[in-house]
Amino acid sequence: MVPRTLFDKIWDHHVVETLPDGTSILYIDRHLLHEVTSPQAFEGLRLAGRRLRHPEMTMAVVDHNVPTSDRTQPIEEPESRNQIETLERNVKEFGVPYFPLLSASQGIVHVVGPEQGISLPGMTIVCGDSHTSTHGAMGALAFGIGTSEVEHVMATQTILQRPAKNMRVTVEGQLAPGVSAKDVMLSIIGHIGTAGGTGYVIEFAGSAIRGLDMAGRMTICNMSIEAGARAGLVAPDDTTFDYVRNRPFAPKGEGFEHAVTFWRTLVTDEGAHFDKDVALRAEDIAPSLTWGTSPETVLPITGNVPDPAQEPDESKRAQMQRMLDYMGLEAGQKIAGTPVDVVFIGSCTNSRIEDLRAAAQVAAGRKVADGVRAMIVPGSGLVKRQAEEEGLDQIFLDAGFEWREAGCSMCLGMNPDKLTPGQRCASTSNRNFEGRQGPGGRTHLLSPAMAAAAAVTGCLTDARELV
Amino acid sequence: MEKFTTLSAVAAALPEDNIDTDKIIPARFLKTTQRTGLGKYAFDSMRYRPDGSENPDFILNREPWRKAEILVTYDNLGCGSSREHAPWALLDFGIRCVIAPSFADIFFNNCFKNGILPIALPRDVCDQLMSDSTMGSNARLTIDLPRQVVIRPDGEEVPFEIDPFRKHMLLEGLDDIGQTLQHDTEIKTFEQKVDGERPWMPTITLD
Ligand code: SF4
Repeated sequence: MVPRTLFDKIWDHHVVETLPDGTSILYIDRHLLHEVTSPQAFEGLRLAGRRLRHPEMTMAVVDHNVPTSDRTQPIEEPESRNQIETLERNVKEFGVPYFPLLSASQGIVHVVGPEQGISLPGMTIVCGDSHTSTHGAMGALAFGIGTSEVEHVMATQTILQRPAKNMRVTVEGQLAPGVSAKDVMLSIIGHIGTAGGTGYVIEFAGSAIRGLDMAGRMTICNMSIEAGARAGLVAPDDTTFDYVRNRPFAPKGEGFEHAVTFWRTLVTDEGAHFDKDVALRAEDIAPSLTWGTSPETVLPITGNVPDPAQEPDESKRAQMQRMLDYMGLEAGQKIAGTPVDVVFIGSCTNSRIEDLRAAAQVAAGRKVADGVRAMIVPGSGLVKRQAEEEGLDQIFLDAGFEWREAGCSMCLGMNPDKLTPGQRCASTSNRNFEGRQGPGGRTHLLSPAMAAAAAVTGCLTDARELV
Repeated sequence: MEKFTTLSAVAAALPEDNIDTDKIIPARFLKTTQRTGLGKYAFDSMRYRPDGSENPDFILNREPWRKAEILVTYDNLGCGSSREHAPWALLDFGIRCVIAPSFADIFFNNCFKNGILPIALPRDVCDQLMSDSTMGSNARLTIDLPRQVVIRPDGEEVPFEIDPFRKHMLLEGLDDIGQTLQHDTEIKTFEQKVDGERPWMPTITLD
């Protein structure tokens, strides 16, 4: 038999039928819904008199629009309220399992899925959201879809797809102390560029990736989209199985053992073909951050902002200058020491308990710098509770951080948590486009430890100096 | 999706090039949770005056074109942003067929997805159809999809081309979902196979 990649295997397991034009009807194991991209799909079903084919393979949660402050108050923005209320009506009418706003399990859809054991190895997982790639960390094929496709999955439990090309990114070696999964992924994106993964599904491999915990693998797969890929995945191993065991919706008892036997087959065969192979050395990766308005504008914290004058290509030069102007940075300046106004620790990239622990380690015994607003937004109610049991909330509150409720929050300008024009934000999220965190806002993407370091020093800082 | 076989209806002429999706439905109406009910915003900037009242000169505000189900325009209909709201708005207004010398790609595809028939005809033919459409309540055109002809009020038949697969989808009222559901047996077989091979696959149930 021809050696296959992990992606090939999961794909083959899910092809119902390949049509004459080369498109496949691909079976979907898990369909995750949130309030922004589902309403027109539900409406389409209703108009056509259709039902959900498998509500028991579907899960809904509110995250994008929810306020992350006091939840006992009604939601102020009428459009957000309408989207949330619409979702609540729809899940009731169509019988979809749903984690409501006031449930302890509510949170960002890409945090909740793995945390509940809803997202499992070997599955196909879709959601009307591009960062669905996060679930690839489980060893699953997970990708974002549009509203028409959401409706298609609801009605048929399948999607029409053509296979992607295979790419492998290998990181071998030992990460230096103070270097996190976020730094690894930023370095990968800086290396291959935001179009480097276009048309591919990326398998992340190598000893440095295998050495990451599940939260770290999720951070990596989450930002596969920023590398242009359709999805990212990591082969499931004992780290994965230990994580999955005893999750609420994971297989139990003997079923779990059978599952693990199957999951162990989900590895790329020796000699399988990759259309593109990229390798990085773990030792070369430093704590990193972005300086511009594209996720590929990556720099080590010890580095200097690039100088457009050094760029031979005219259009790239102009683009760099535009970015510097927007970001309020000078060509060639040291990035460390740049003052920040806001610090955001959260989002589906970095809001899990491991991320909060890393931030707390830096924040412990220190104070948020004067004039800086620093917020911690746990990825789910369960992450929040766990952090409180560990006393992390007290560390953050003592230091002067805001300790908030779970949701997407300042990752995107869709709820009350927004930057104002010109504000500079050290953010653990995944996108730094112009206006992403609010009109005119300036975003630096970085790790939780680096975000906490920025909070307590008031400027972009090498977190290694503080631990 | 509603089947499309033959349509005998009032046609309205919008003799303009590059009618973009923002003209068909402005961006400010997109923060909705619905795809129906967008008809009242269709062609908003042409249909209403700044004070919100109807512009009596605009063709779709006049009888009998208020009830037009066919639209005839010039080149590059549906260009601009790829929003699926554009065909949703047209359909909700009552338009089932759009005729133009050329269309923007995504809009053209989105029309089929939503049961609207886009017909590409040479510009001089569009001119003839536009002049037919001015004949008041006699401004009816007939679209015969099975025979692939547009029948003018004087009985002249104008043939048009359509991809056979898309024709089939429209005639049967199939959207992508309907099309996939024709493979229902295969999907069921697949589901049984997986149940047999991976019986431990959990389902999600909440109390
Ligand atoms: S946290 Fe940000 S990136 Fe993640 S799902 Fe929410 S809005 Fe999207």
